[in-house]
Amino acid sequence: MKKSGAQILVDSLLEQGVDTIFGYPGGAVLPIYDALYDADIRHILTRHEQGAAHAADGYARASGRPGVCLATSGPGATNLVTGIANAYMDSIPLVAFTGQVVTSQLGKDSFQEADITGITLPITKHNYLVKDVRDLARVIKEAFYIATTGRPGPVLVDIPKDVSSAQTEYEDPGPVNLPGYRPVLEPPAEQLNRAAEAIARAERPVIYAGGGVVYSGAHRELRRFAELILAPVATTLMGLGGFPGDHPLALGMLGMHGSKYANFAVCECDLLIAVGVRFDDRVTGKLESFAPQARIMHIDIDPAEIGKNVRVDIPLVGDVKRVLSALIERLEAKLPGAWQEKIQTWKKEYPITYEENGHLKPQHVIREIYRVTKGQARITTEVGQHQMWAAHYYTYTRPRTFISSGGLGTMGFGLPAAIGVQVACPDEIVFDIAGDGSIQMNIQELATAVNYDLPVKVAILDNGYLGMVRQWQELFYNRRYSYSELVNPDFVKLAEAYGAVGMRVEKPADVRPALEQALATSRPVLIDFIIEREENVLPFVPPGESLDRMLG
Amino acid sequence: MRHTLAVLVENNPGVLARVAGLFSRRGYNIDSLAVGRTDNPAISRMTIVVEGDDRVLEQVTKQLHKLIDVIKISDITADEYVDRELVLIKVNAGPEKRGEIMQIADIFRARIVDLGRRTMILECTGNEGKVKAFEESLRPYGIKELVRTGKIAMLRGSRYTSINTNGSREDE
Repeated sequence: MKKSGAQILVDSLLEQGVDTIFGYPGGAVLPIYDALYDADIRHILTRHEQGAAHAADGYARASGRPGVCLATSGPGATNLVTGIANAYMDSIPLVAFTGQVVTSQLGKDSFQEADITGITLPITKHNYLVKDVRDLARVIKEAFYIATTGRPGPVLVDIPKDVSSAQTEYEDPGPVNLPGYRPVLEPPAEQLNRAAEAIARAERPVIYAGGGVVYSGAHRELRRFAELILAPVATTLMGLGGFPGDHPLALGMLGMHGSKYANFAVCECDLLIAVGVRFDDRVTGKLESFAPQARIMHIDIDPAEIGKNVRVDIPLVGDVKRVLSALIERLEAKLPGAWQEKIQTWKKEYPITYEENGHLKPQHVIREIYRVTKGQARITTEVGQHQMWAAHYYTYTRPRTFISSGGLGTMGFGLPAAIGVQVACPDEIVFDIAGDGSIQMNIQELATAVNYDLPVKVAILDNGYLGMVRQWQELFYNRRYSYSELVNPDFVKLAEAYGAVGMRVEKPADVRPALEQALATSRPVLIDFIIEREENVLPFVPPGESLDRMLG
Repeated sequence: MRHTLAVLVENNPGVLARVAGLFSRRGYNIDSLAVGRTDNPAISRMTIVVEGDDRVLEQVTKQLHKLIDVIKISDITADEYVDRELVLIKVNAGPEKRGEIMQIADIFRARIVDLGRRTMILECTGNEGKVKAFEESLRPYGIKELVRTGKIAMLRGSRYTSINTNGSREDE
């Protein structure tokens, strides 16, 4: 049977179970858009390709299924780059399709030509330029396989216009055959035994859990594991929700913006069990003094993460869920002792808290969002102070409920991501907690939310500053607020202009009624919370310091 | 320390850019990289010489392994292997110097592959030390142009690096 390249793409997407794609049409993808016109796939038209990539990313983070985005060649493709890099840094399964100029025009600086496979080489798990329509079905199958297996990541497929319009005799590509790609899922038994022995011997264990726990679906295993060995659990930003934040063993976040008790626990532990993490510099602080008394065990599916940043004494390469299950089988329950008591004392002594002074505080806003949503919302964030407050003051008890740009720190991520999350979870409350700086990086996506009746809520913590920049300028640059103060538009009017509901809140007493009103409407809502201007994120480990040297 | 890696890759477009990009992006220094097809047209073999301590080498190897097109990596540094480079040198060679240069070529078992009115091109193969010595001995005559292939290497004896050995080298 003859099929066009575009039809092969659409059929392949359906075969992969793709129900939604986020995209933006243009000349080089017209054959594909024409095929999509009749396809049983929901297409969400964003207002910028970056929005499409972040929305697909948010969709993937919330659903666990690969996110798919589509853009045209040249500027369409390059506009995806930030979104692809963001997905790469946080190991998100994303498949990006881009149109390309016809093959005969390749390499001639043709109109809307960009070497997008060259550009995305360092920010994709793998990428393809398909020059022959007969390769297309196989490439798409491989792309989804690579994006979703092993350590997940983005894969880009660049399709020249003549390839998407060419007809070919369609043949099923058969099973994926990639001789160089074989993710290791379970470590050898002797290595697991060695790890179990070290855990049994440890007197002051701490678990440091990251996004790998969430992606591998290992949150139940992690909980059983922690309860069995009575190890307190600190999570990274990406790991929030991977362990219930209200659990007695929960330490919250560690690192630069971590809790004091999490950082103290890491400094004093004798065994650090790192699970699906990559020892980011925002977590470890000064490397020489990171977990100075501990042997380090590292469970990760990516062998290249073992020993990349810190020395690892006991490596366990494999899928987190399988490794934890295998360890649980080998371990006996521990009894509480002095270590658990010490942790509880620290938790009481150094709670994460802020000072109420009658002014509108960002922490108060987030606590109220937690209360009115009963802790059940999916929270996305932009990047900056609000992101850290959203990490500290909302309690995440389920995986995939905190959706934030961790590795790349992409301002402008939260609103398009919220759109993707809302598409994936149509019956849930989705809140984008935003800063007044970040929201303006992709605020045009409000139009997308309105267009598709996606009732996302946006809470802007508006202090008229690039808040985190200002905080660093205050602490390290003698309060010289160089270009970090913002002159903002009227966000309420802007929301209304887009067809969303706009509200403004300036007093603590008005927070709750506004939030309740926002939840009562089925339309997108933007609330501009005018917060205290110079509030800081505390505690805070200055960059390059060791974790026990915290400010605040 | 310098390490010699034998790397088997799928013969796909862009694979060299992926490998080279990985090195530059992560700040690892390639001393030499030679690449060519194997007996299987779908597979190419790279010989990569990289400078670094064990920690650097471990990361280089792991990062290379992450590339989808990379099938197998063997660090053959500590093993017995044969290595060769090919060099072409164009040297000033007026009629009065030709005899001397031909003698040098003889000593190094090099070949004269082109003769001009005032120049000669010589071809020599050998390990790095030999190629370097050959270059030095021709330098006094005035080297006009020099091109080297980079090192290729193969294990001695019955052991071999191939995709069929499933990650470990084995005897035939």
